[in-house]
Amino acid sequence: MELTSLKFKEQSSAAIANADLQRALGNVEKGFIDKRRKSTDALPEFDRLRDNARDIKNHTLAHLDHYLEAYEEKVTQSGGHVHWAATAAEAREAVLAICQQRKAKTVTKGKSMITEEIGLNDFLSANDITPVETDLGEYIIQLRGEHPSHIIAPAVHVNRDQVESDFRRVHTQFEAERDLTEPVSLLAEAREVLRQKYFEADIGITGANFLVAETGSSVIVTNEGNGDLTQTLGKVHIVVASIEKVVPTLEDTAQILRVLARSATGQDMSVYTTVSTGPKRADDPDGPEEYHVVLVDNGRSDMLGTEYQEMLRCIRCGACMNHCPVYHAVGGHAYGSVYPGPMGAVLTPSLHGIDKSGHLPNASTFCGRCEEVCPMRIPLPKMMRHWREQEFEKHLQPSKARFGLGIWAYVARRPKLYRRAVSLAMPVLSRLGGARHRIARLPLAGGWTRHRDLPAPEGATFMQQWAERQRHDKGSKA
Amino acid sequence: MSGRDAILSKIRASLGAGGDEAARKTAVAERLAGHPRGVIPERGHLPAAERLALFRDMAIKANASVATLAGYDALPDAVLTYLRERNLPASVRMGTDPRLAEAPWHEAATLEVKSGASDGEDVTGVSHALGAVAETGTLALTSGTDNPTTVNFLPEHHLVVVDAKDVTGDLESLWSALRTSRGDGSMPRTVNLVTGPSRSGDIEQVLLMGAHGPRSVHILVIDPEGTMPAERTP
Amino acid sequence: MEEPSAGRRTRADAKKPTVGLFATCLVDLFRPSVGFASVKLLEDAGCRVEVPLGQTCCGQPAYNSGDRADTAAIAKQVIESFEGFDYVVAPSGSCGSTMKKHYPWLFEEGDPWRARAERFSAKVHELVSFLTDVMGITGVEGRLDQSVTYHDSCSGLRELGVQAQPRALLNSLEGATITEMKDANVCCGFGGTFCVKYPDISNTIVTKKMKAITDTGADMLLAGDMGCLMNMAGKLKREGSNVEVRHVAEVLAGMTDQPAIAGGGKR
Ligand code: SF4
Repeated sequence: MELTSLKFKEQSSAAIANADLQRALGNVEKGFIDKRRKSTDALPEFDRLRDNARDIKNHTLAHLDHYLEAYEEKVTQSGGHVHWAATAAEAREAVLAICQQRKAKTVTKGKSMITEEIGLNDFLSANDITPVETDLGEYIIQLRGEHPSHIIAPAVHVNRDQVESDFRRVHTQFEAERDLTEPVSLLAEAREVLRQKYFEADIGITGANFLVAETGSSVIVTNEGNGDLTQTLGKVHIVVASIEKVVPTLEDTAQILRVLARSATGQDMSVYTTVSTGPKRADDPDGPEEYHVVLVDNGRSDMLGTEYQEMLRCIRCGACMNHCPVYHAVGGHAYGSVYPGPMGAVLTPSLHGIDKSGHLPNASTFCGRCEEVCPMRIPLPKMMRHWREQEFEKHLQPSKARFGLGIWAYVARRPKLYRRAVSLAMPVLSRLGGARHRIARLPLAGGWTRHRDLPAPEGATFMQQWAERQRHDKGSKA
Repeated sequence: MSGRDAILSKIRASLGAGGDEAARKTAVAERLAGHPRGVIPERGHLPAAERLALFRDMAIKANASVATLAGYDALPDAVLTYLRERNLPASVRMGTDPRLAEAPWHEAATLEVKSGASDGEDVTGVSHALGAVAETGTLALTSGTDNPTTVNFLPEHHLVVVDAKDVTGDLESLWSALRTSRGDGSMPRTVNLVTGPSRSGDIEQVLLMGAHGPRSVHILVIDPEGTMPAERTP
Repeated sequence: MEEPSAGRRTRADAKKPTVGLFATCLVDLFRPSVGFASVKLLEDAGCRVEVPLGQTCCGQPAYNSGDRADTAAIAKQVIESFEGFDYVVAPSGSCGSTMKKHYPWLFEEGDPWRARAERFSAKVHELVSFLTDVMGITGVEGRLDQSVTYHDSCSGLRELGVQAQPRALLNSLEGATITEMKDANVCCGFGGTFCVKYPDISNTIVTKKMKAITDTGADMLLAGDMGCLMNMAGKLKREGSNVEVRHVAEVLAGMTDQPAIAGGGKR
């Protein structure tokens, strides 16, 4: 998708004005937060597992080259193929080459953020290969010509009546009078349509939640089972995964799985956790004939060794956006990036440059709720702050803001000057407040007073009054 | 330079690697060989009866149903009963798992037993699990002629047989069982960890059962020793 | 932790721990009564309080805008003015956590200022948690006849663990009833410069907060941070609410003669 993060402000204002979207966003707060809390409260070891999950990823990242090599060796041993792609373009080409070799017309797809990141669907379509998303949420937004607005609930911005009208528009094979008012009938219809697609498809493409170096396996985690049908029924299974998905062992996978599902959906375990190793064996009655892994770097190796390395621990659980007040207010599309919310605010500048995404790390109140819930203990606010520092150093902020900040900092560093300035200004402001003790409109403070009043100062500053009191105390002692 | 070399050398440069490579390699080799178990939840350490009860509770919490059988002899009848209670056709699909094959299917004369992979037309599939995990109510199914993967996903009803002795407390113990199951440490093509029936919350975050996989998962625990405690009456 | 010294002491002041009060720029400019309430609470708890004149602001506006150099310069100034005290106390979780958790990061490892900042940071406390956790205060004297609801400001809550302490002290007031609002621990949308940079988003967030507050039916909203209080008060008043908004220190010190923040309330 085209990066539109520079228009974040306009996009967020439009999102706030969009009543349908606001109604849908209510489901994020309702649907995820309590469930997560209940499931994490029920596991006394949860925080220790978080620590261990963090340590496992830290260890893996520190030895990433060796783990990738070990992983590759095992994939090859089990009859699979590994394709290394340094860039998004290389990854797209690698997938296309496999598709073309098999003369594929249709490919089914399991839910995968990395294929969104590399823009795979548009690219395949342009090459006369039809990608069919099979995750219900992904399928809905594909019909709508949209991109995911959430990394685990891609269609969270859509209401059921909108799904109904999309299904009526596209599924013309069914009777027009059918009843689709209940979500369950929408689901049944999607199930029927997609069943057919799995059998028709030549190739199934999935992402991976983990790549296990010990065994050369890819692991996907889903609730619907679509990823499994995608990878089992196609003649070829292509896994597209970024390099930081590798973990050392099955045990390490188990440790992280325990924090993943609980953080994402509040389940103890997602319904399907599938460990896949190589293609169909000689006597297997089902499964893909070929197994390919496209390993994508696309900027990750540049993050290693920087203040953003910790972001590579992310397991895409979505907890940070589920708990983000800004995400709740504007939804995912306003961010104008594949990755929305707090994790996107850190990752997008890493992938595309801070000059193209400056708003994202700024549009945070630093409330810290994302870091509080992140299962991988990623210090998201700290990294957003690093981006702000880089932005400041590169002089990328609006000159007006920078100028204002410059004056303020100049004065704040000179207490005497500061005292003089504020002791003149505050009484004036105080008088503006009048008997109501608030100011409804103030030049240069439109950002504040557009939506709220400015509480008026009491009058003389605390320091003035304190100094006065000290003088008085001394006087009375003398 | 190939993509591979480009990526690996960039990683090494970014990590500042290149000094003590032997130590880094050893660290990796040791972890891969030793596969440390990490933090195991307390509830993974229960004695057998409680472990089985936890497995049942967790499976039910994940919307599966659970029945306990004294032996494989009782299996055909249990399958028939399940089908009859739900008005389902008396036909099941299953692989060639020897433990399933040993059940007296001929005694259930009305039941059609189809062998091999599912073609999508089957309403009910029967599988035998490698094992199960009590802490989350999870079943572990491995691919192959014994238990084709398609049987796990295409039928609307999935009946899964598991031996009580194969129910482990925690996922890590299941991995150990998996490593020894094939003798040579190799992996089956697919291991499906299944926790309840298929579902989706993608429409307005309302949970709906039966998305792409089975709408219903029924677990039959073969428990000849009678270890599984009686179900608490609510 | 140092020995707590309970109650007001009559012995020589020299025995009392000396506290440098970091008033915070918003209290200094907008709400001096919170400064005086803080002094009273600290003195009642047995501290000797001083207010160094070298203070302006903790540097957050610069820090949150990515201006590290100016932040570090301001931090040095704060450290120099305050490092002589036994404790540094601020009636704000947000300024408190900037000084306690973030100042050391401003200086590179090995820079002598790093160690100095760490020594300084160890002495910094948010006001209410200082009273309870360091001074061992379990209650304050006074009455509270209005029903109150308490908002947990983010930095105080998540970086300094301030949550139970203000509630405990409020509950010690005679007649106090705290009605918890829904999502008391969710951000009010202030976020410092955030609220003026992204006014529409901030407004959406504070609108939800306002609903949570008014749904409680409480007469008074309390919190421990002036930024959040000004944001919530400004919104409540713009929408015509008569909920009275005050800093928790004013109520704990029994100093509620000043009109509420942004005026209003039941009069
Ligand atoms: S940053 Fe943390 S909370 Fe957010 S998606 Fe990644 S792992 Fe989950």
